[in-house]
Amino acid sequence: MIGLQHYLTLSAMLFVLSIAGIIINRRNLILLLMCIELMLLAVNFNFIAFSRYLGDETGQVFVFFILTVAAAEAAIGLAILVVLFRTRRSINVEELNRMKG
Amino acid sequence: MVDNLLSVLIWLPIAGGVVLLAMGDGNDAASARANAMRWTALAVSVLTFVLSIGLYTGFDTTTAAMQFVERAPWIDAIDVWYYLGVDGFSAPLILLTTFITPLVVIAGWDVIKTRPAQYFAAFLILEGLMNGVFSALDGLLFYVFWEAMLVPMFLIIGVWGGERRVYATLKFFLYTFLGSVLMLVAFIYLYRLTGSFDMGRWMEVPVSLTAQKMIFIAFLLAFAIKVPMWPVHTWLPDAHVEAPTGGSVILAAILLKMGGYGFVRFSLPMVPDGSRYFAGMMIALSLIAVVYIGFVALMQKDMKKLIAYSSIAHMGFVTLGFFIVWHMFGESGAVLGVSGGMVQMVSHGLISGAMFLCVGVLYDRVHSRQISDYGGVANTMPVFAAFMVLFAMANAGLPGTSGFVGEFMVIIASFKANPWFAFFAAMTLVLGAAYTLWMIKRVVYGEVANDHVATLEDVNRREFIVLGILAFAVLLVGLWPAPLIDMMEVTIQHLVEQAGQTKY
Amino acid sequence: MYSYYLTIVLAPLFAAIVAGLFGYKIGRKGAHSITIGAVGLSCVLSFYVLYRMYWGGAEPENISVYTWAVSDGLRMEVGFLVDRLTVLMMAVVTFVSFMVHIYTIGYMHDDPGYQRFFSYISLFTFSMLMLVMSNNFLQLFFGWEAVGLVSYLLIGFWFKRETAIFANLKAFLVNRVGDFGFILGIAAVVMFTGSLDYATVFGQAEEVAAQSVEVFPGSPWNAMTLICILLFIGAMGKSAQAPLHVWLPDSMEGPTPISALIHAATMVTAGIFMVARMSPLYEFSTTALAVVIVIGAITAFFMGLLGIVQNDIKRVVAYSTLSQLGYMTVALGASAYGAAIFHLMTHAFFKALLFLAAGSVIIAMHHEQDIRKMGGIRKYMPITYWTSLIGSLALIGFPGTAGFFSKDLLIEAVRDSHWHGEGAVYWIAYLSVLLGVFVTALYSFRMFFLVFHGEERMDKETRSHLHETPWVVTVPLVMLAIPSLAIGWFTVGPVLFGGFFGDAIFVEHSRDVLAHIGEHWHGPMGLLTHTWQTPVFWLAMGGLATAVYLYLLRPDLPAKIKAKVEGLYNLLDRKYYFDDLYIKGFAAWGRGIGTALWKHGDQFLIDGVLVNGTANSVGKLAGVMRQLQSGYLYTYAFAMIIGLTMFLGWLIWFR
Repeated sequence: MIGLQHYLTLSAMLFVLSIAGIIINRRNLILLLMCIELMLLAVNFNFIAFSRYLGDETGQVFVFFILTVAAAEAAIGLAILVVLFRTRRSINVEELNRMKG
Repeated sequence: MVDNLLSVLIWLPIAGGVVLLAMGDGNDAASARANAMRWTALAVSVLTFVLSIGLYTGFDTTTAAMQFVERAPWIDAIDVWYYLGVDGFSAPLILLTTFITPLVVIAGWDVIKTRPAQYFAAFLILEGLMNGVFSALDGLLFYVFWEAMLVPMFLIIGVWGGERRVYATLKFFLYTFLGSVLMLVAFIYLYRLTGSFDMGRWMEVPVSLTAQKMIFIAFLLAFAIKVPMWPVHTWLPDAHVEAPTGGSVILAAILLKMGGYGFVRFSLPMVPDGSRYFAGMMIALSLIAVVYIGFVALMQKDMKKLIAYSSIAHMGFVTLGFFIVWHMFGESGAVLGVSGGMVQMVSHGLISGAMFLCVGVLYDRVHSRQISDYGGVANTMPVFAAFMVLFAMANAGLPGTSGFVGEFMVIIASFKANPWFAFFAAMTLVLGAAYTLWMIKRVVYGEVANDHVATLEDVNRREFIVLGILAFAVLLVGLWPAPLIDMMEVTIQHLVEQAGQTKY
Repeated sequence: MYSYYLTIVLAPLFAAIVAGLFGYKIGRKGAHSITIGAVGLSCVLSFYVLYRMYWGGAEPENISVYTWAVSDGLRMEVGFLVDRLTVLMMAVVTFVSFMVHIYTIGYMHDDPGYQRFFSYISLFTFSMLMLVMSNNFLQLFFGWEAVGLVSYLLIGFWFKRETAIFANLKAFLVNRVGDFGFILGIAAVVMFTGSLDYATVFGQAEEVAAQSVEVFPGSPWNAMTLICILLFIGAMGKSAQAPLHVWLPDSMEGPTPISALIHAATMVTAGIFMVARMSPLYEFSTTALAVVIVIGAITAFFMGLLGIVQNDIKRVVAYSTLSQLGYMTVALGASAYGAAIFHLMTHAFFKALLFLAAGSVIIAMHHEQDIRKMGGIRKYMPITYWTSLIGSLALIGFPGTAGFFSKDLLIEAVRDSHWHGEGAVYWIAYLSVLLGVFVTALYSFRMFFLVFHGEERMDKETRSHLHETPWVVTVPLVMLAIPSLAIGWFTVGPVLFGGFFGDAIFVEHSRDVLAHIGEHWHGPMGLLTHTWQTPVFWLAMGGLATAVYLYLLRPDLPAKIKAKVEGLYNLLDRKYYFDDLYIKGFAAWGRGIGTALWKHGDQFLIDGVLVNGTANSVGKLAGVMRQLQSGYLYTYAFAMIIGLTMFLGWLIWFR
């Protein structure tokens, strides 16, 4: 029987994976965006699992909201990325340190 | 007689300044419009002075209570009032302010080539704010005027100043701001204690000894920086050197007095036990100011710096006079010391202002403040030399000039407190003469040193009027200080009583 | 009489203001007319007051003019105390000043600063009158400093000369050192009596003398000793007593008329006058009197020695002034205040005469002051010669001259002042004044012979122009020569022994040496006939004879002697190295301290370490902190996650 803990474990694995992706990846900004998406999916997983477990639909409604926002965010993130590529001719994360103090 | 005289003295110049700002000078210092602005500024400042004479004629010298009181609610929620009044401490200082400002306006008449309207506006607004500081009886109102005053001064130094004006303004602003923020903390503490910003209540409320010490230190930083006392004095030489002549005059003549005024208005009556606790330190700092700064002044190569340092040494007498009170309760001498300190403040306002104007006269012609760039000025500018020697002698504390009165009273009083205080204080007789007259020797006397000096023209009518009025005032206070002292006497007696009480 | 006093004081002030501010309008003639008129008026009125007081039997008057200020119960007033001491000083001051005013017309004839000069000397007369007529310490200090100011202005009158403006600064500063003590003395007076008024202070003298004050912990000082010594430090500055004498010789940079007026006859005697005026205080402190007498003795003898090696005509007279001031101070210390004031008066006449005569020579020599370049002037300038001779004889105390009476009795008073004990103090004082007589005669006639006798050492150009000076110069010489010669005869008896000073001078009875001498007083003739029995006479004659031998008969000898005692000569030539000590020592140290405090204290420690140091350390800290801002997204993300984990951990385990 697949219980709540399995879902939570999967979600935690996805989350940690995405974190590792953000921290370890130093080449491609697109990968960063994808990791963020993955992180949100891990959160969504938790919402759905708990919603089912507690018999409360509110969690599933939230997931829809999050998916919508994630889509918008991805669009904006890609747009920024395109502009960035135009100006810098690179999406290499290692080179993006204009914020250095 | 004008009703609400104090309000008029505050808001008339400010309104005049706002008008000047609104009209502007059309970016042309030589235009008729700029000229009209000059005359407006002069008219407003002279009118203010004329009105302020009412403060003297209407002043009751027999009471220590506040006079010319005005009171209106301002912020009900935290019990803040628009509360004004003067006593023997503030009235002479307001008169000094209104007396010096027209002179500064005349002194800057055609010397200021950029944005004259704004320049004069800054001084008028500053005058109003300074009058506000001296007449405010509500803590928060006082604080607002106190801080607001920094803004025009900041602009005067920062816009019309010399080459290193940015460094000087920043130093000036940060130094004074640091001190006044701590003062605000002390105000808030006293407000929490009394539930009111009424300074009269603050003087009466009992405060624990520890709290008194803390409050004293908070006040001390604010006022000691303004005075300035050693070792928080280093902003002054820089600010003076970079400020335009008018700025230096106001800075030395009035702004420094705020520190001394703060001590007698806040520290001594509000936290007498705290003041008593730190009196020894304050006297030591004052004496260091007199002796140490005297030596430093001796070696200055820049005339303005030299006068700035001599200001610090002279203000050392003010704080010395105030704090020897703690050595002499119940005896005569305490009142004499405070009285001497107050006279010294007024007199220093006249003398240092005059000295800075003298340097300004030279600077306008040669564009140098270095002593080594001059020599033999008396050959080409005899009238100016006469003025400068007179003011130098006043600076050195010659009897018959105002510089002597305060020093004499403080030395007499401090001898009673402890002969060694007087010993160190009296060293100013030698040091003050040494640094002032050595400068005179190198600048005024001697053969014509270079071509610049050879082509100097003597003072023009405008400069003559300014210097002449100041010379008259310096001699008047020196030869007959009685009216000034009578004005303050009762208030000072009251202060000494307040300072003598224990309130914890 | 009040209006008389006011006129005496204010007339010179008014003239000074008019001549000073409107000098260009009224011209030279206007300037000298108004000042001379004013000072002449003062002089006449002063003599009238003197006459009334002395012959008319008028009582001393103590008048308040106006209240300067009142604070803390301390009345600070301006007022006049006109008693018998004051009127004598008023008469001397205004008379000498009047003569000098007239003389100035001739001396300053070609000077562009003519009006300014007259304004200054009139201002001086005003200041000096304020000083002597004061009835309180405040006004005394006012006059004290005001004469110092005018002295400063006049020494630096020729302000283009580097030496003159050096000398005036030096004079003012050295005087200020004295005033430093003086103002502390006044403060001490106020501390113990609570008043500045002479009458009140003197009235409490006895109580004050009973008190003591701990200046240094553990060693109580008698209050009166403290007061008197502090006040005397002021007198040392103004009356140029060692070691504060260094300014007086340099002050000769000023025009000669003021050397006569200020630096010989009047201002420098202010210290003497002050101590005499304070006699009710000094009489209560024998310690202070001992200090006074020793300082005076040192000045009288050692400054006289310096006069022997000087070559500048005015400097010789200046050192002679120092020495004579020392004599007066010794007399003060011996409680013979009357003798001091009497010597002050005669000295004012003959020293002013000597200075003006020197000035007359200087005019004739076209402002050459080196006596080695003079000689044989006698036949060109007969009036100057004879008046100089009178002055010099009076100075050495030649029997019959004014100086004879004052100096002889002064020394006799010192001899009799046994109450100082038979110890060092007494012998230092007595031997100094005695040997000083020899020295005085030597240097006076050395100068006299070098200038007026012997071979003519000036260049041809100067010699061809050499002639007697105009009447405005010679008339004051003659006018001053008359009292120098004669005034002793009819004043010595009444002034010293006739109770002339009345209550103005107080002497404790057991120390009243003058009264003691007065018991054997048989008039001036009696003194004269016995003079050959005293050592004073023989010492003076010895000095005179030495001068005759060395400078008239064997003019080659002085150079040989000089070569023999090279070390001693250098010591004298460098004025005992006092100038070196003050200029290379104190002044240089002062500048060194100033530089050190400025550079190391203000600029390094306060500004560098504390003020800008705080700013810098904030900057440095920020510099470290900015390293954390790598600019890489992944480090920010990592930091966020670490923070989140820690926050969660805290929530789970520590709540």
